[in-house]
Amino acid sequence: MRQIEAKDIIQAVKEMCIEATHFLTKDMVCAMNDACEKECSPVGKQVLEQLQDNLKIAAEEMIPICQDTGMAVVFVELGQEVSIVGGNLEDAIQEGIRQGYQEGYLRMSVVKDPFIRENTKDNSPGVIHYEVLPGKDLKLTLAPKGFGSENMSKIFMLKPSDGIEGAKAAILSAVKDAGPNACPPMVVGVGIGGTFEKCALLSKKALLRSVNEHSNLKHIEELEVELLDAINRTGIGPGGLGGVVTALAIHIETYPTHIAGLPVAVNICCHVNRHASRIL
Amino acid sequence: MIYHLQIPVSDKELAKLEAGDTIYLSGVIYSARDAAHKRMYENLEKNLPLPISVDQIFLYYMGPSPARENKVIGSAGPTTSSRMDKYTPALLDLGVKGMIGKGKRSLDVKEAMKRNNAVYMAAVGGAGALLSKAIISSEVVAYEDLGAEAIRKLEVKDFPVIVVIDCKGNDLYEQAIAEYNKE
Ligand code: SF4
Repeated sequence: MRQIEAKDIIQAVKEMCIEATHFLTKDMVCAMNDACEKECSPVGKQVLEQLQDNLKIAAEEMIPICQDTGMAVVFVELGQEVSIVGGNLEDAIQEGIRQGYQEGYLRMSVVKDPFIRENTKDNSPGVIHYEVLPGKDLKLTLAPKGFGSENMSKIFMLKPSDGIEGAKAAILSAVKDAGPNACPPMVVGVGIGGTFEKCALLSKKALLRSVNEHSNLKHIEELEVELLDAINRTGIGPGGLGGVVTALAIHIETYPTHIAGLPVAVNICCHVNRHASRIL
Repeated sequence: MIYHLQIPVSDKELAKLEAGDTIYLSGVIYSARDAAHKRMYENLEKNLPLPISVDQIFLYYMGPSPARENKVIGSAGPTTSSRMDKYTPALLDLGVKGMIGKGKRSLDVKEAMKRNNAVYMAAVGGAGALLSKAIISSEVVAYEDLGAEAIRKLEVKDFPVIVVIDCKGNDLYEQAIAEYNKE
């Protein structure tokens, strides 16, 4: 068994909280540059230029890109030959979130109970998804998720007879409903197949994919291309103020499903599509 | 059109603004989001006074990230306005003249805006670092226990916004999207 110290996990999670909320990944930065060149609406361009300046100020002055520094979502890929010492994995991740949000001057946006709504004041707990895989590594990916866009996400339990056309219509309707509320240009994560919760998880995972990468399934790649074009024809545009760049990318992940079902989940993300990863 | 406006803004000036105009706002605005709106609304329901006078003010739907040492405020961009829709008509009837946020508003809000000659403006969502530079002072004036959701008195200088819904009820989201729609 390979041993990994809990304190190293805390440190890694803490660093990722600060990194992800101040710096977008390179692919996202490139996509935002391209968007600025592509946009032909004057107001849309004005919005994208402000967003370029915003990214610069965020990085130079260490001010979070967006004040909604999100609820921390963590994907854990744990090699089955790893043993965690000096503490347990779950506690270490939650502690890393606490320290990261505290030390990074990030906003505490989590309430303890959905109805009582008292702030936990340290942004814990995060939402953690575990996967156990062969190997000796521990991979952590942290994706702080803002709720302007999260609130616009949807699940559709379609019928097999709805087919690909039904899925397209559902995805497009979710994007249109989101409109200006989700801070476009968006990144759209879609999960298709599995069960109710599996497709939701896939849709969130889809947001982690590099923005210029397509599905390696031919028919899904074609669907991504077609839908991105359709989304950008809606006219929603940057900030929802009209234009040709409504989404930077749409990523679709699929999974086998039941003979009776066609679940489709759409997880909408804004242009602040944040994530950071570490392999320990 | 591009305007530089000093708050308070007269009814005459407000009436001139049209959906699509860019405005650089200077003066005092107040930040309030979900929890502060809920408390204010509950006060009104119980006939209790509000913690601030809302007559003639501009509200900014925003909850900032914490300020670093020697900074006025942290990241400070708009939050989604529709969550405030339930509480907004009552505040408009008490004199709120401007609202800054992002995203669509309900029909009830639009009606109340027309009735009260008020304007809804969008700041760019996700531009909190940039927008923080236009805030020159910040002071918590109510509901301190709410943390990021407390009501703050903010002094702004050339704070950039775009008029989305004007006093006549024209809605830029609807107009501009129709213009670029190629479905
Ligand atoms: S949707 Fe994204 S960009 Fe908009 S406020 Fe939320 S986190 Fe920020």
